[in-house]
Amino acid sequence: MRKGRQSWRRAIRRDWQLYSLAILPMLFFLTFRYLPMIGNVIAFRRFRPGGSIFGEYWVGLRYVKMFLTDSTFWNVFTNTLVLGGLTLIVCFPLPIVLALLLNEVRTRYLKRFVQSVSYLPHFLSIVIVAGMIMQMLSVDGVVNQIVDALGGEPSAFLQKPEWFRTIYVSSEAWQTVGWGTILYLAALTTIDQDLYEAARIDGANRWRQTWHVTLPGIRPTMVTLLILNIGTFMAVGFEKILLIYNPLTYETADVISTYVYRVGIVSGNLSYAAAIGLFESIIGLVLVLSANFISRRTVGTSLW
Amino acid sequence: MVTADTLKPARRGRGIRPTRRGIRPSKGYRAFQVVNAVILTGVVIVTLYPFVNIVARSMSDQASIISGEVNLFPKGFNLTSYEHVMSDPMFWRNYRNTVYYTTVATGVALILTTTYAYVLSKRHLKGRTFLVAVAVFTMFFNGGLIPNYVLVTTLGLKNSVWAIALPNAISVFNLLVMKAFFESLPVDLEEAAAVDGLNTYGILLRIVLPLSKAIVATMVLFYAVSFWNSWFSAFLYMDRQELFPVTVYLRNLIAGSTGAEFAGAIAETDEAQVDATIKSVTIVLTTLPILTVYPFIQRYFVSGIMLGAVKG
Repeated sequence: MRKGRQSWRRAIRRDWQLYSLAILPMLFFLTFRYLPMIGNVIAFRRFRPGGSIFGEYWVGLRYVKMFLTDSTFWNVFTNTLVLGGLTLIVCFPLPIVLALLLNEVRTRYLKRFVQSVSYLPHFLSIVIVAGMIMQMLSVDGVVNQIVDALGGEPSAFLQKPEWFRTIYVSSEAWQTVGWGTILYLAALTTIDQDLYEAARIDGANRWRQTWHVTLPGIRPTMVTLLILNIGTFMAVGFEKILLIYNPLTYETADVISTYVYRVGIVSGNLSYAAAIGLFESIIGLVLVLSANFISRRTVGTSLW
Repeated sequence: MVTADTLKPARRGRGIRPTRRGIRPSKGYRAFQVVNAVILTGVVIVTLYPFVNIVARSMSDQASIISGEVNLFPKGFNLTSYEHVMSDPMFWRNYRNTVYYTTVATGVALILTTTYAYVLSKRHLKGRTFLVAVAVFTMFFNGGLIPNYVLVTTLGLKNSVWAIALPNAISVFNLLVMKAFFESLPVDLEEAAAVDGLNTYGILLRIVLPLSKAIVATMVLFYAVSFWNSWFSAFLYMDRQELFPVTVYLRNLIAGSTGAEFAGAIAETDEAQVDATIKSVTIVLTTLPILTVYPFIQRYFVSGIMLGAVKG
């Protein structure tokens, strides 16, 4: 104890200038990251606008009970799981496939061209992406032109709940697949070429080489990105959904985060919304911790 | 169209290794190369198509759009909608706001990220693990929308640039990228500078930063692009139209349309017709700056991501 304090004193005397550089960033983390975490107590307290940011008095689990019996909550909860799950199933493997395909391209400028083009959507504001989605799916848009040409009946896709998931997941794939290949392409270049040589001598054809050499070679990258994806699972594209959903599609489009936004910011029930938001954050944390734990136990890769 | 033939010259160019894994490509593999080229061409087309379509729409006349004739090329070419949008003073005002918010927020972010990354890169520093943990934990758990909203409102940051700049001042990913870079710098130079009597601040400013121009440029781009593209903070905290960034300008334009359509007003009124090109034009005009700088900044992003991946 005593010794610990002394070495701290020595550390501060030696490195006080370094510690002083950390003051502003620490203030940032405390104010804008940790204070809001504590601010979640308003989920269990009565909150008055203009009053303390930590609320007025305790109300116990009132707001938690409220959302557990709220049928809209269970609807948005289901939608979150479905949209998160679909996004994971579609948008996690696609970059791997694209990276493997790009890896087989022997012409360097062609490879670079495809890469440059496929990274482009990543740099667009989500508002622009939403605008493009709306223009393409409008009654006079490209999709309806195709539907029309095939003899179908044009329809306003963005107002049909049954189309929302398809629209959401495919636009998500459009925006993320190219950028997602970067880490895999980097991992692919680190695979030892002798392994392919050995596999070939053992009589493995290209397909088997890919299966037994390439895929195991990028497995750590795959696992790490999978864990990270699972961590953001609950926070499914809040901003994009907010931009492209509307009351007609709430049935399938409304997710926990958009519901929190409407209940809290639009209707002003801040405590109730905070309770739902806290529930979402905790599930997110539990998901990433368990994914990390499982992967450390089974494949030996983990985030920390 | 890319075919196997277009692949040949470069293959010759690569010299002794015609393909990496074999001596002579099998018939099946050559077939695969063709299929692969077709798939990748498809990827390129699907990625670029929405851009081409939106440009075509922005330059077409209303009637052709409404009747669903505009596809790859403009029909009834005219630029009146461009004149219309560009003569709106609010559009330019919001554009100026975007530039202003991006500059201030990027500046703040750069200072905080650089100083903290430098501190975290010092392996000998006591309490370093704790300082890293403080940052990394926030990647996996955050306060959520409501407490943040209450905080920013209570601090009186509404309707000011600080509502955008301060809550997003450090991206932990960027922080880790920069930390990884600082850790890779040789320590000898800093030690020599310390022997010469330079203090920590002097070492950071005169020795470390001049060696880190590439990573600083990368950070500027990371932050600038993300602030340039952001809309939700401004949407949440700005109450007046003259304070909006251009992303919120665009958002209100496109959201207005779904509202109208939702009200059952899909009928082809004059307003709806004007709407069709105005939206496309605004999308084109807000995308243009990003498209212009994209070829130059893309490689910085890629190398930054790689650097982050080594550590992260």
